[in-house]
Amino acid sequence: MAQLDLRGISKSFGDTAVLRDIDLSIGDGEFLTLVGPSGCGKSTLIRIIAGLEPQTAGSIEVDGVGIDHLRPHERRVAMVFQSYALYPHMTVFQNLALPLTMARLTMAERLPLVRLLSPRRRRVMAGIGQEVGAVAEQLQIDRLLDRRPAQLSGGQRQRVALGRAMVRHPAVFLMDEPLSNLDAKLRVHMRSELADLHARLRATFVYVTHDQVEAMTMSDRVAMMHGGRIIQLGTPAQLYDHPANLTVAQFIGSPTINLIKGRIGTDGAVEIPGGRIDLATGLPAGAEVTVGLRPEAVVPAPLAPAFQDPVRLPARLHRRENLGPEQILHFDLVGAEKAGLTCRVMGNESVVADEPVDLLFEAGACHVFNAAGERVALPATPASGRPPVRSVAPLIGGTGA
Amino acid sequence: MQATLPTRTASEGEVSPAAAMIRRMTGLFFVHAFLLAGAVFILLPFVWMLVTSIKPPEEVFSAELSFWPDRFYGLENYGFALTAAPVLRFALNGVIVCTGILVVQLLIAIPCAYALAKLQFPGRHLLFILVLLALCIPIQVPALPIYVALAWLGLLNTYFSMMVPFFLSVFGIFLFRQFFRSFPDDIIHAARLDGMSEFEIVWRIVTPSAWPAIAAFSVFSIVAHWNDLYWPLIVISDINLAPPPLGMMYFADAETGSNYGALTAAATVLTAPLVVTFLFARRRFIEGITMTGVK
Ligand SMILES: Nc1ncnc2c1ncn2[C@@H]1O[C@H](COP(=O)(O)OP(=O)(O)OP(=O)(O)O)[C@@H](O)[C@H]1O
Ligand SMILES: [Mg+2]
Repeated sequence: MAQLDLRGISKSFGDTAVLRDIDLSIGDGEFLTLVGPSGCGKSTLIRIIAGLEPQTAGSIEVDGVGIDHLRPHERRVAMVFQSYALYPHMTVFQNLALPLTMARLTMAERLPLVRLLSPRRRRVMAGIGQEVGAVAEQLQIDRLLDRRPAQLSGGQRQRVALGRAMVRHPAVFLMDEPLSNLDAKLRVHMRSELADLHARLRATFVYVTHDQVEAMTMSDRVAMMHGGRIIQLGTPAQLYDHPANLTVAQFIGSPTINLIKGRIGTDGAVEIPGGRIDLATGLPAGAEVTVGLRPEAVVPAPLAPAFQDPVRLPARLHRRENLGPEQILHFDLVGAEKAGLTCRVMGNESVVADEPVDLLFEAGACHVFNAAGERVALPATPASGRPPVRSVAPLIGGTGA
Repeated sequence: MQATLPTRTASEGEVSPAAAMIRRMTGLFFVHAFLLAGAVFILLPFVWMLVTSIKPPEEVFSAELSFWPDRFYGLENYGFALTAAPVLRFALNGVIVCTGILVVQLLIAIPCAYALAKLQFPGRHLLFILVLLALCIPIQVPALPIYVALAWLGLLNTYFSMMVPFFLSVFGIFLFRQFFRSFPDDIIHAARLDGMSEFEIVWRIVTPSAWPAIAAFSVFSIVAHWNDLYWPLIVISDINLAPPPLGMMYFADAETGSNYGALTAAATVLTAPLVVTFLFARRRFIEGITMTGVK
């Protein structure tokens, strides 16, 4: 249907540069997510794609043809807004039918009174009615067609907004945080519905969110934006396992990645408070580094992880969050002031509070970032930074809970 | 923290429910007494007009003040007012002039206000400042050139000449701009994506949400032009085209000059349409004032 190419898109409002030289190719039928902190320019970029805002520099192509000169409705794109943006005084049916009436009726046929003169109008409207009915049925809003937006729940409005985008059969769907006004449960549900919709329509989706879970679960690829630039583009797994820099590492993943300040020792290993990690970083001795460790890569010693030659850090349990199937354990490192580590462990195995335990992790699970926050390539480590799969150990050290 | 809580509840506990009730009631009493006094002060002239319009002449001029007439003289007064002068014609003229002015004002002010509120174009702030400045110019300033132009075009003594200086309402532009600014951008964006032109957005999307503002503006506009004497006095000499205040003036000039019963009867007939209009638009009017006022 449509391949979307952005070439060197920049945008400034007065003196403030909001987007800087964005290059992005989005494949036909791809689900690409733009993710990033608030104010990084995601909405601005998506509005530029829609043609609602002119770019300061750069061009946009659909299937190799420039669309910069086209007005929004000529671009074969549809947009779903965070606020739904339904027309408040029109019924659901009128909301859904509006894009079609605009496209298929002449100006005169849309005028009040004059339109009664057109015999063609009735036929066209009947056709539109059928299409709207079909879309409404798909989205299960066919019983709400006579209501006004104010009489709908948030989830229903969301569906109407989706329907209004779908009736036009656009080549590209642009969605600006469409789920962020829904409650948590509905959001999870709509997430899978959107993924289904994408599979069914096979259209190109550009999806904006600042929720990294949405980005990770729905997308083919994720573009992480920061300060008006795309700082990493890749599959969700690539962003999770090989974050290009500290910003990506911290943004992607929940709970947040553990970061430990360290420096390169005289023998080339990374020295961190309370221990050292044998890694060939290639950095000169004395260089400042930050070591990143995903919470699931760190395991308390009582849980007997099957690690070979792990790094050991003495720590003390500080707080426990039980999420049912897994637990988040917050440890304070012994001997390092205010430094903590978060572990994610499966099951409800417990660790005794206030008793020193060793935290274990493998050197291969570490992400190393240099002083500028860029990822340092580690030639010796295996491709994936994830820990080996480990069986759930039986309950250990019972009195802790 | 915990220690302070009991002392506070104790001090509140000293006021018994009955005392609190009495205090609230006295508060309400004074507030309402004050408001009622204000209302009486404002309404009294109108009530007096109504009462006078059903009094016979000798009671109007009697030395002692009596509120209610001893002899009902309403039929005679209203009958005289309606036959001696074309009072209904004045009212019709008022309706024509006010409607014409209002319709053209809305047709011009709404798109202008939309452009100032929602479109990005160079000189937009300057234009808005000009709008604000224009708010300070009274009709007396451009009156002479407009009169000369109308005379030159031979348009004096027409409805058009009565309406034309007011077609462009700066106040309307200002009021609607403030109202439209709070209209969500996303809906306008959605309409553009759906293929609407800017004019369709104005009339089909934005205007339907602006009814409170339109009602408020209509009341202001109708009251102002229904009661306007200055401009009709300049351009109208044909009594058949006179709007209400000018008509009243002609009526009072003639032998009826001292017939206050008939005069107040005519005034009542000519005020009634305004009161009715306001009663219909009341709720929307108040919504409009509060919404644009706070924003
Ligand atoms: N019309 C405008 N004039 C000036 N600055 C603007 C305008 N629109 C957006 N900006 C600025 O551009 C930057 C990016 O805004 P944008 O709305 O694209 O952020 P975002 O990534 O969508 O954030 P969020 O996640 O909060 O929606 C912000 O710093 C914002 O202040
Ligand atoms: Mg945004």
